Amino acid sequence: MTKLVDMTGIEKRFPGVHALKNVQFDLHSGEVHALMGENGAGKSTLMKILSGVYTRDGGTVAIDGFDNPPDSPRAAQDMGIGIIHQELSLMNDLTAAQNVFIGREPRRSFGRLDESALNAQTAEIFASMNLDMDPRAHAGDQTIARQQLIEIAKALSYKPRVLIMDEPTAALNDVEIAELFEVIRRLKADGVGIIYISHKMDEIKRIADRVTVMRDGAWIDTLDAAQTPLAKIIELMVGREVKEEPPIIPDTSGAEIALEVRGLRRGREIHDVSFSVKKGEILGFAGLMGAGRTEVARIIFGADRRDGGDILVHGQACNIRSPYDAVGAGIGYLSEDRKHFGLALDMSVRANIAMAAMGKFTSKTGVLNEAAMKQTADGFIEQLGIRTPSDTQDVGLLSGGNQQKVVIAKWLLRDCDILIFDEPTRGIDVGAKSEIYRLLEDLAAQGRAIIVISSELPEVMRLSHRIAVMCEGRLTGILPGGADTAQEQIMELATRREAAPVGE
Amino acid sequence: MTTLTTGPAQTMASKLIGALMHQRLLAFASLIVLLIVFSLASPNFMQTSNMIAILQATSVNGVLAIAATLVIITGGIDLSVGTMMTFCAVMAGVVLTKAGLPLPLGVVAAIGAGAFCGLCSGTFVAKLKIPPFIATLGMMLILKGLSLVISGTRPIYFNDTPGFDLISRGSLIGEVLPFLPIPNGVLILFIVAGIASYILSRTVLGRYCFALGSNEEAVRLSGVNTDRWKIAIYALSGAIVGIGGLLIASRLNSAQPALGLGYELEAIAAVVIGGTSLSGGRGTIIGTLIGALIMAVLTNGLRVLSVAQEWQTVVTGAIIILAVYADMMRRRKSN
Repeated sequence: MTKLVDMTGIEKRFPGVHALKNVQFDLHSGEVHALMGENGAGKSTLMKILSGVYTRDGGTVAIDGFDNPPDSPRAAQDMGIGIIHQELSLMNDLTAAQNVFIGREPRRSFGRLDESALNAQTAEIFASMNLDMDPRAHAGDQTIARQQLIEIAKALSYKPRVLIMDEPTAALNDVEIAELFEVIRRLKADGVGIIYISHKMDEIKRIADRVTVMRDGAWIDTLDAAQTPLAKIIELMVGREVKEEPPIIPDTSGAEIALEVRGLRRGREIHDVSFSVKKGEILGFAGLMGAGRTEVARIIFGADRRDGGDILVHGQACNIRSPYDAVGAGIGYLSEDRKHFGLALDMSVRANIAMAAMGKFTSKTGVLNEAAMKQTADGFIEQLGIRTPSDTQDVGLLSGGNQQKVVIAKWLLRDCDILIFDEPTRGIDVGAKSEIYRLLEDLAAQGRAIIVISSELPEVMRLSHRIAVMCEGRLTGILPGGADTAQEQIMELATRREAAPVGE
Repeated sequence: MTTLTTGPAQTMASKLIGALMHQRLLAFASLIVLLIVFSLASPNFMQTSNMIAILQATSVNGVLAIAATLVIITGGIDLSVGTMMTFCAVMAGVVLTKAGLPLPLGVVAAIGAGAFCGLCSGTFVAKLKIPPFIATLGMMLILKGLSLVISGTRPIYFNDTPGFDLISRGSLIGEVLPFLPIPNGVLILFIVAGIASYILSRTVLGRYCFALGSNEEAVRLSGVNTDRWKIAIYALSGAIVGIGGLLIASRLNSAQPALGLGYELEAIAAVVIGGTSLSGGRGTIIGTLIGALIMAVLTNGLRVLSVAQEWQTVVTGAIIILAVYADMMRRRKSN
């Protein structure tokens, strides 16, 4: 039988990064082939080459036996390659049906839209997924989980022969996951080949036929899913035997409470969130996508307005209404999205480091002291090991890990003693990750209060002295850190939905 | 034979063009090319008097373009610089001619009026979150109307204020160096350019100007009071427009309330030709200055060649599109 997809010797380079090194991957009709690897292993890059988003620098991409790599997402679609992205890309103001058929709307004569055909066809796809949703409902009004299902419906509407699913269950609860797997089984029976990317190990056992492991941009192994123990897969992913190193939890019982939050509320996003962090403590925030962790951070930092609740800094009530107020109170926030919210990419390393503390380098007349700024920037480049040719390099040209260090330098310079890290290692490779971890631990040891929000459970467990878990905008529990807490306990809290949800 | 000769010549030319693009000298090179072409085409072009006429024609548009550059670097746009200029001129007229106050107060009135208008635009943009395009469009109409209302739709002449016309038309340089009668208007343009350039490159205000245009949300999340800085930049821009108002009033020795509409587009054109990005975050005053000079040289040169006025406008439009296209190509290459 001809392979549906056969990728061999794939090479891809980005400025400063060798992202894919001689990678191979194949897919048969009617199989689920799981693609595993840590963040930054190159899975998404490989899939972007298969789906026509990136062009490869070397290697062959054979579809149905012919070397014919798609040169655009459109070409990939025409070849029957569908992809469900990790990040949602729905247009919130359009209806579910309009989203599903965007760009291919059924038409009547003279280019008039055929809304009823649009809705009927979408309803058909929803029915095949066993999904109870009105095609005319606005995408933006749906929960994250249901938005994810709209994305899946959109991919199915192309009747793909190859379907790439990049963490499709990240935001789904158990029932929804079971339904998704039912859809996958039906697609398999129809001969569709499915490439499945997920960090949830148990899913691999449940759904995958074969597993390919990647690490640091290279192909490691392709194995039979049923016959390979999970521990073996994890070992291949990490490249060493997995040793759970629980954090050494310092005794902070006598420490002063640095930040306390009481009854935080905001619209439908956040309901009655209360917690506190002590000086020298690392409080981890776990939860699924859309659980409201980032929202809580943004409210505390004054980036979004709160509808209710109190924020106490060092025991004093603080009326934080803007990031300016928050920074004044000594709170720093490192966004999950460095490129949009953390850095001015066209500006130099020096300018970015100084951004939050410009006052330190300004004379009374407003003139900047570039020499002092350079000295400070060079100091941080040295101290944090930021790899950059010079302090005048544009931040946009640095790697993810080094960009993150620039953001950290910015807040260290501002001397904030409460730091909120939102996904501190997103998009950062394995080596740089442990450096960032050490840095966070050092900061806590210096008496700073640290909040770490992370979607990667191992990261939360590796760093946190205590673990706060959120689900659907509520704080569902706070667990002790270290060896006392198992991954399952966190997952249980992260999926503990409200007892009697209204509607839905 | 031809292939042999054109081959190396072509690579030489493309290398030269590449080098020019790389060094961001494109606008400057275009200016030089224009000067050479026009002086070859007409012996009258390269006369000192004509050069001075070009500089004089650049002064008002140049000052307005510098004001617009500041706002455009923040990622905004200012459509009101033209009518604001007129409003400032009218305010000078009110203070000097109608109230009969001394000259320095008229200068203060014009610059102060501009700064206040900028403050208002900045507040609309920063505090009320009105998009700059809309906020300054509204401001443009408000100021046009106010100029007509305050002046009673009639020009205000400055005949009773001795020395007012010297602000633009006198020549301090000419008094010292008689062979170089550069008018004060041009001198003021260069002084304003120098100050603006210094502010942009050396002060916090300038740094935030670029930072806001580069990534406003990141700046806000750095705990910077972005609203306040943005308002300050619009106010500074307005003050510079006030200087432009003085220049035009002095040159015409009157405040013409119906004037002003269209100047904002000329100013924005100069900014764009000078390589400032309309999406913000990038730009230089020297670029804007060169942009303004290119427009003046073009208008003057085409007139010297007796090209019809209608065609001059067409050519200017084409140059704008060409300049921005070249800039995009350069940026794409450098990425």
